[in-house]
Amino acid sequence: MPSLLSLYINNKAGGLIFHRDFSSAAAKLDINEHLTLASTFNGLAMIMRQLSPVPGSSGMELLEADSFVLQSFDTVTGLKFFVTAEPESKHLDAVLKDVYMLYSDYVLKNPFYELDMPIHCERFIQKLMKLADDYNKRG
Amino acid sequence: QKAETEMSAVRLNRAGDTAFAKVEKVSSELFSLTYGAVVMQVIKDYEEVDATNAQLEKMGYNIGVRLVDEFLAKAQVSACQSFQDTAEVIAKVGFKMFLGVNAEVVKTTGDEFTLQLSDNPLAEFVELPEQYAKLEYSGMLCGVLRGALEMVQMRVTCTLVRDVLWGDDVTEIRVVLQEMLNEEYHDDED
Repeated sequence: MPSLLSLYINNKAGGLIFHRDFSSAAAKLDINEHLTLASTFNGLAMIMRQLSPVPGSSGMELLEADSFVLQSFDTVTGLKFFVTAEPESKHLDAVLKDVYMLYSDYVLKNPFYELDMPIHCERFIQKLMKLADDYNKRG
Repeated sequence: QKAETEMSAVRLNRAGDTAFAKVEKVSSELFSLTYGAVVMQVIKDYEEVDATNAQLEKMGYNIGVRLVDEFLAKAQVSACQSFQDTAEVIAKVGFKMFLGVNAEVVKTTGDEFTLQLSDNPLAEFVELPEQYAKLEYSGMLCGVLRGALEMVQMRVTCTLVRDVLWGDDVTEIRVVLQEMLNEEYHDDED
């Protein structure tokens, strides 16, 4: 079954607040490269929405490349969740919705977590790894 | 037109019930006691009613900004088309999901609405003594609404306008839209 590669979460300002690799096949980048790429992606997504030939189109949701797919989800509150996965991966939109639910529980309900700041919540990461594991097994 | 609104009220009620069923529950007595302990402590710390009211509202705001993502992630509601839609979603789905109560939307105009609660789990066993007659006991709810709506780009003022604790028949919160906050992409050169 094609597996998940990486998850990124951007805050309202377009800055990366969370990143996780789920596979050894994920792109090998250092932290600064992740930060730059995530912010760049935010800019690109904004441009893509403006370039869309269809009026009132939503932002970019799915990108299919030869060696990976990327699914993106914007929350009404301004966060961006996006995941990369091996080609032929399905139901990535459901994965992102599940991650959003995990975020709303294990990140936001932790009173010590400061909004829009980098996420270091252990239980969020544990639940996320389990989610990824289940996905990779089932596909 | 009327059939349409009734249909969507049914849909919202169902969404509220579904969301309520999904979330974990806690004893409502424990909830009332905990909230009461919070209010008493704030009164003790701030000593006078106006400051207490302000602090309760502020605490509510801090809850609201965190609560809204859970609402959006877990409740099956589609994007609101108008401020009135927002009112209905808050009343039928939001209040149901988080407080287990049904709220009514009354007295609506383009930029304002009032939420009416016949049941208020926060103040179940409360009676306000004379010196706290002006206490907005459930003022935290106003803060929650203000915080939640701000996260979805609406700046509002929320006020507790009637309260059973004040001798009124119902508890009412008035929500007034002040400003839609639109974040726009600005070039660095600007």
